Amino acid sequence: MLDQGSDAFVVFDKVQKSYDGQTLVVKDLNLSIGKGEFLTMLGPSGSGKTTCLMMLAGFETATHGDILLDGQGINNIPPHKRGIGMVFQNYALFPHMTVAENLAFPLEVRKLGKSDREAKVKRALDMVQMGDFANRRPAQLSGGQQQRIALARALVFEPELVLMDEPLGALDKQLREHMQFEITRLAHELGITTVYVTHDQTEALTMSDRVAVFNDGRIQQLDPPDTLYEEPKNSFVAQFIGENNSLEGTVKELNNDTAVVQLDDGGLIDCKPVNVNKVGDRTKVSIRPERVEYRSERFQEGAHLLKAEVLEFIYMGDVFRTRLRVAGRDDFIMKCRNAPDQIRLKPGETVNIGWMPEDCRALDA
Amino acid sequence: MSDTTTEDSTQNGPVLAADGTPLRRSLARALRRQKLRALMLIAPLLIFIMVTFILPVADMLYRSVENGIVSETLPRTVVALADWDASGDTPPDEAVFAALAADMQIAAEEKTHTKLGSRLNYENPGMSSLFRKSGRQVRRWDLETDAPFMEKFLDIDEDWSDIDVWRTIQTYSPSTTSGYYLAAVDMQLGADGPEMRPENERIYLKLFGRTLMMSLAITLSCIALGYPVAWLLANLPMRTSNLLMILVLLPFWTSLLVRTSAWKILLQQQGVINDILVWIGLVSDDARLVMINNQLGTIIAMTHILLPFMILPMYSVMQSINPSYLRAAKSLGATDWTAFWRVYFPQTVPGIGAGSILVFILAIGYYITPALVGGTTGTFISNRIAFHISTSLNWGLAAALGGILLAVVLVFYWAYDKFVGIDNVKLG
Ligand SMILES: Nc1ncnc2c1ncn2[C@@H]1O[C@H](COP(=O)(O)OP(=O)(O)OP(=O)(O)O)[C@@H](O)[C@H]1O
Ligand SMILES: [Mg+2]
Repeated sequence: MLDQGSDAFVVFDKVQKSYDGQTLVVKDLNLSIGKGEFLTMLGPSGSGKTTCLMMLAGFETATHGDILLDGQGINNIPPHKRGIGMVFQNYALFPHMTVAENLAFPLEVRKLGKSDREAKVKRALDMVQMGDFANRRPAQLSGGQQQRIALARALVFEPELVLMDEPLGALDKQLREHMQFEITRLAHELGITTVYVTHDQTEALTMSDRVAVFNDGRIQQLDPPDTLYEEPKNSFVAQFIGENNSLEGTVKELNNDTAVVQLDDGGLIDCKPVNVNKVGDRTKVSIRPERVEYRSERFQEGAHLLKAEVLEFIYMGDVFRTRLRVAGRDDFIMKCRNAPDQIRLKPGETVNIGWMPEDCRALDA
Repeated sequence: MSDTTTEDSTQNGPVLAADGTPLRRSLARALRRQKLRALMLIAPLLIFIMVTFILPVADMLYRSVENGIVSETLPRTVVALADWDASGDTPPDEAVFAALAADMQIAAEEKTHTKLGSRLNYENPGMSSLFRKSGRQVRRWDLETDAPFMEKFLDIDEDWSDIDVWRTIQTYSPSTTSGYYLAAVDMQLGADGPEMRPENERIYLKLFGRTLMMSLAITLSCIALGYPVAWLLANLPMRTSNLLMILVLLPFWTSLLVRTSAWKILLQQQGVINDILVWIGLVSDDARLVMINNQLGTIIAMTHILLPFMILPMYSVMQSINPSYLRAAKSLGATDWTAFWRVYFPQTVPGIGAGSILVFILAIGYYITPALVGGTTGTFISNRIAFHISTSLNWGLAAALGGILLAVVLVFYWAYDKFVGIDNVKLG
C-alpha cells in the first residue's frame, strides 16, 4: 500500500518546516498519497498536522524538501493556481455572501459563464442536500449546515485534491457521525483524493483508507485502520489509538515470534516482540481491553497468568467494563461482551487473567 | 368568572404567583423595581447630559426662532401697527406714532431701546442708530402735551417716514420668526414673502457648500490614508503593531493647538516643505507653493487630526476578520487582488462606514483648525457661527446656522442608515 510508485498523487519528500528557525515543527516528513485515496492525519494538538496541510495548500512554504502534486513540484506555484479544494476548521464561509454566492465564487474567478455556474452550484447544493438554502447567509445556518456548505464549496470546482482541517470539530456526536458518512461517500463517489485532519481517532478509523499518526512532527505509523489498531508499531500509537492497557517490564526470553516479559512486580507474561531487540530490554507491553480473558478454559496450555483484583464493574450496555488491579497498577481495563453466559464480576473478587500471546505486543519503553 | 379563577387558575384564569397575586402583576412589580434601580444608576449621567447638552441645544434651537423683543419693548406700537397696510406707500398715522412715543419713553428709561435697535439692525441696517438717537430725545417729551408726535419723530430723523423701517418693525413683531433661518440660507422676508438676498450679500449657502465639500474631502483622504494603516495594525505581529498603534494614538496626546501650529510651520511659504521643494529644485524660489491659510491647508491639517477616528474603527473591524477568509478565497482560485476586493474589502465596509460617520460629523462642525489655518478661503460654517456668537452677538442667527448644521448631520445620518444600514456600523 505504500505506493511510492507511479500512482502516487501527492508526495512529501523529506519535508521539514520551522516557523522560528529554532525548532522543527515538521521533522522529515515522507508521505505519498495515491490517487483517490482517503488519507487521514491523526495526532495530538500541536503535532504539525495543520502545518502539513498549509504547506500542501500553499499558505506556508516548506523549509526543506519537496512537495509534489501529480508528479510536479508545487513549492513555487501560488496557492490560487494549485486547484486544491479546502475545508477550513472554522468553515471560512464568506459572511457577506449568500450560500449560492459562496459556491459561485470559485466558478466566477475561473470565469465560467452564468448558466454553467448556476447549474454547478445547484448540483453541488443538491449533493449535500442543501438545495433549499441557496439564498441564506452563512450566519443563518446551523453548524452542520455550514459544514456541508463548506464541503460543497470545496468540491464545486471539481478539484482532484481536497484538504479538510478538522471540519467536524464543532459538531455534536450525531451530526458528526452523519457527516463522516457523507464525506466518505462523496469522496469515493467523486473519486477525489482527500487529506483529512483530525484528532478524533474514531473519526480517523471509520473514514480513512489509511491513517498517518503524527506526533512530535513525525509520522509515527502510516497504515490502514485495522492494522493501526491491531498492530501498533510503538507505544505512542498503541496509547493514542483506541483503549489500551500498558504494563512495564523487562524482556526475559526472546524467541522469533514470542517473548516472555517480567513485569516490575515479578509477574511473567507472554507477548509478541515488536519493538524489542534483546533480552534485558525495557519494554511497555500493550494489550487491548477486549483481548483480555479471565476464564481458564480459554487459555492456552502453559500460558502465563496474572493475578488481578476486581476494583470496579461498569455496566455499559453492550459491554461490561471491569477495572482491575494488575501488577501494582489499578487502571487495567478488561472489556467483555454482554453475552448470556457472561459473568458480572464483583469488586473485591480475585481472578486470573491472560491473553493470546499475539494480542500482547512488547513495544518500546 | 372571577370566583372560579382563584380556585382553578390553570384552566381559565390568570396564572397566579406563589403569594396569590396574579403572575402578570407580580412580574410587573418585580420588573418595575428593576427598571427603577436601573434608572437610578443612570440618573447622574442623565442629569449631567440634560443640563450640559440637551438643555443648551434646546435653548439654542429656541433662540433661533425666538423674537419676543419687539412685542416686549414696543407693546402698544405693535398693537397699533397691526392694521397698517405694509404694501401701501404711506407711513402709519399719528396713533401709531403716539404709541411709539409711549413705548419709547418706557424703553429709554429701562435702556432696552438700544437692544431692540441692534436686533432690528440685523434685518435693516441703520435701525440701531435710529433707535439710539430717538431714545435720547423721547425721554424729554411730555406725553400729555407734546402731541402730535409724528412731526417730532420726523424732526429727530427723516427715516421715521421710511416705509421700510415700519415694515421691518411690523414683520418682526410676532414673538417667533423665521427670519434667522432665512438669513442663514441667504434669504430675507420681503414685502411679499421670503426672497433671496441680493447677490452680493449671499455668503452662507456658499459657506455651507464649502463646509460639506471639504468635510467630504477630509473624510475621503482619511479613508485613503487610514485603510492601509489599519490593515497593517491588524496584520502585523503583536510587537510591531503595538508600536504602530502608539504612533497612531500619538496625536491624541498632543495638544490640538500644537499640532495645528506645527502644520503652519511645515506648510508656510518659508516653511520646511517649501524649503525642501526649492532645495531639490522641484519648485523655483519665487514660485513657492501656497499650502496654508487656504483650503488645502485646512484639508491637510484636519485630515491629520481626524485620522485616528478613521483608523480605530477600521482597525477593530479588520482585527475581527479571520485570516482564513483570505486563505479560503485563494484556495478557491482567487488572485490576491480578487481575494482582497471580493472577500476582505466588503467585510471592512462597516469599519469604513463607522469611521466615515465619525470623521465627517466631527469635520463638519470643526472650528479651531479652520480658524487657524483656513485663511479666508478655508473657513467653515462653524467659524461663522463662532463669529456671530462672540463678535457680532447675533445669537439668533448663530443658533439658526447651528440648527441647520444639526439638520444636515441628521440628514446624512439618515441617508447612511437608509443606504448602508446603521447596524452595519461597527466601532469595536
Ligand atoms: N504561524 C505560526 N507561527 C509559529 N508557530 C506556529 C505557527 N503555526 C503553528 N505553529 C506551531 O507549530 C506547531 C504545530 O502546529 P499545527 O498547527 O501544525 O498543529 P496541529 O497538529 O494542527 O494541532 P491542532 O490539532 O491543535 O490543530 C505548534 O507547536 C504551533 O505552536
Ligand atoms: Mg490544526
